[in-house]
Amino acid sequence: MISIYITSFIVGGLICVIGQLLMDVAKLTPAHTLCTLVVTGSILDGFGWYEPLIDFAGAGATIPITSFGNALTHGALAEAEKHGLIGVVTGMFEVTSSGISAAIIFGLIGALIFTSKGNI
Amino acid sequence: MEQEKYAHLEKELSPKTPILKNVIRAFLTGGLICLIGQFIALFYITYFNFTERTASNPTVATMIFISMLLTGFGLYKKISQFGGAGAAVPITGFGNAVVSAAIEHKSEGYVLGVGGNMFKLAGSVILFGVFSAFVVALIKTLLVKFGVVSW
Amino acid sequence: MKNGNIIFKTMPSIHSTGVTAGPLEKKKSVFAQQFDKLYEDERCDLPTNEDGHRQLMYDAVMIALSKAKKSPEKIDILLTGDLVNQMTPSNFTAQALGIPYIGLFSACATSVSSMITAALFTDAQYANWIVAGSSSHHNAIERQFRYPLEYGSQKGATAQWTVTAAGAVLIGQNKPELPSIQCATIGKVVDMGMTDPLNMGSAMAPAAMSTLTNHLTGHGKTIDDYDTIITGDLGSNGFKILKALANESGLPHTKNFRDAGEEFYGKDPTFKAGASGSGCSAAVFFSDVYQKLCKGEYRRVLLIATGALLSPLSYQQGDTIPCIAHAIEITRDGVDTI
Repeated sequence: MISIYITSFIVGGLICVIGQLLMDVAKLTPAHTLCTLVVTGSILDGFGWYEPLIDFAGAGATIPITSFGNALTHGALAEAEKHGLIGVVTGMFEVTSSGISAAIIFGLIGALIFTSKGNI
Repeated sequence: MEQEKYAHLEKELSPKTPILKNVIRAFLTGGLICLIGQFIALFYITYFNFTERTASNPTVATMIFISMLLTGFGLYKKISQFGGAGAAVPITGFGNAVVSAAIEHKSEGYVLGVGGNMFKLAGSVILFGVFSAFVVALIKTLLVKFGVVSW
Repeated sequence: MKNGNIIFKTMPSIHSTGVTAGPLEKKKSVFAQQFDKLYEDERCDLPTNEDGHRQLMYDAVMIALSKAKKSPEKIDILLTGDLVNQMTPSNFTAQALGIPYIGLFSACATSVSSMITAALFTDAQYANWIVAGSSSHHNAIERQFRYPLEYGSQKGATAQWTVTAAGAVLIGQNKPELPSIQCATIGKVVDMGMTDPLNMGSAMAPAAMSTLTNHLTGHGKTIDDYDTIITGDLGSNGFKILKALANESGLPHTKNFRDAGEEFYGKDPTFKAGASGSGCSAAVFFSDVYQKLCKGEYRRVLLIATGALLSPLSYQQGDTIPCIAHAIEITRDGVDTI
């Protein structure tokens, strides 16, 4: 049980290290870096490799943005298994709705409460 | 002076990106954020009716909520300045991109400003996530259909 | 005119200046004591950043006018610019002041380009009193050129901090006891193929060097003729490169060189390479440099304001960053030295 905390830290940290290298060495913008990671996550799930990573690292695999790509593919595949090709489109947001809905809701609430500051 | 010669001189004089330092900071920041996520997941598993699998949904939502608070109080940009990708890659970075854009464009109103600009940074992540998931799932479904691989 | 070199025969004088700056500048800028007005609120207690931006410019102009005991009706032309889309803060300032107005855009070099234009109008006797100036507002410019303020993006050591500041000068006919504009050089656009918008200093340094060379050769000057040669907002990185370029081109030394952007926040590392923005050069030139000229600490200075002429669109379309630098020579040596 303790080990999941260690693996989540290490795996999560390492995914971020890949992101940092994409920004600093490959000179990608943050947006390009995140898109690359999301696409990577979704491809990994195509091979069925991302779920074992979640079993191994818990939040270390579900919190990085790669998990977003994984969840989209996972939902699409689960529906496709049940309903065939049409499920590829309909199942997309089955698993991953919480991230986007939370971002929309808290984005609007944030805008209601806060004002941006030019502090350092 | 030609561009090539100048590019050479500029590269020589400009400060180098401290890659090792940035990588270590990204590792620590990203690791810590994921560790916090793990504790939040534990909370949902222990006190609510979630399993290790299903706990990731409320965990992600909670992390985005925390990210909103940090963004609004002007702290997330400081974490990002320290942690780089360590703060950008976790879902909290996604939340920061959405919330910061929403806050920033409040001055243009809630429909045109907040609504129109909320996803101006995070939108591309959703686009490429969805499209790559579509392509991957399509290929896999077809491969299963033709009996090349199985579910 | 050759190579952008201009000589002002009547040597228009700078009769007064006004500089305003925001709360962060109040706390962190080494020049804060020399500014005329500092605000407690980043939006000057107005609803939006752009409103605050407008207020900064308006107050800077009014301060410059009040020092010379002039009212806006006495002013013939207003020449200002800023970095917001279509320069709305300057436009609204002009509307509030009611002075005939031309908006000027030379990015962060507007402080000097507006002075050159003002000196031309005065020299040609079309106008008696002209206000020139430029301004920038951190919050308004950052969200336009880069990211939302609260978005976390890691800035490297070459990044610069857009200042919240405005500077205005009142230019009129020559008065021998005042700092006067003797000559100027209109810069050419220089593009060395730099593409990183978080490393503007590197992009702008060659433009500054080009204008400096054109000014020295065109007007037959050497760098020792000046008490200081001060560039606008190259920042520590760009300034280092400018000095390297100067050495390479055979200038004897660079010990009287200054850079407003590097000095603005006292080389505080939290501001990375230093300050930038069209308010940066204006605020320093019209406070520190002008005051030193008035006190006689400086007899002759060369102001070279530098500007990166990019837009978010041109950057995203993969274009390089074209840059410009305009130079203006200001002296206390009186009319007879021409």
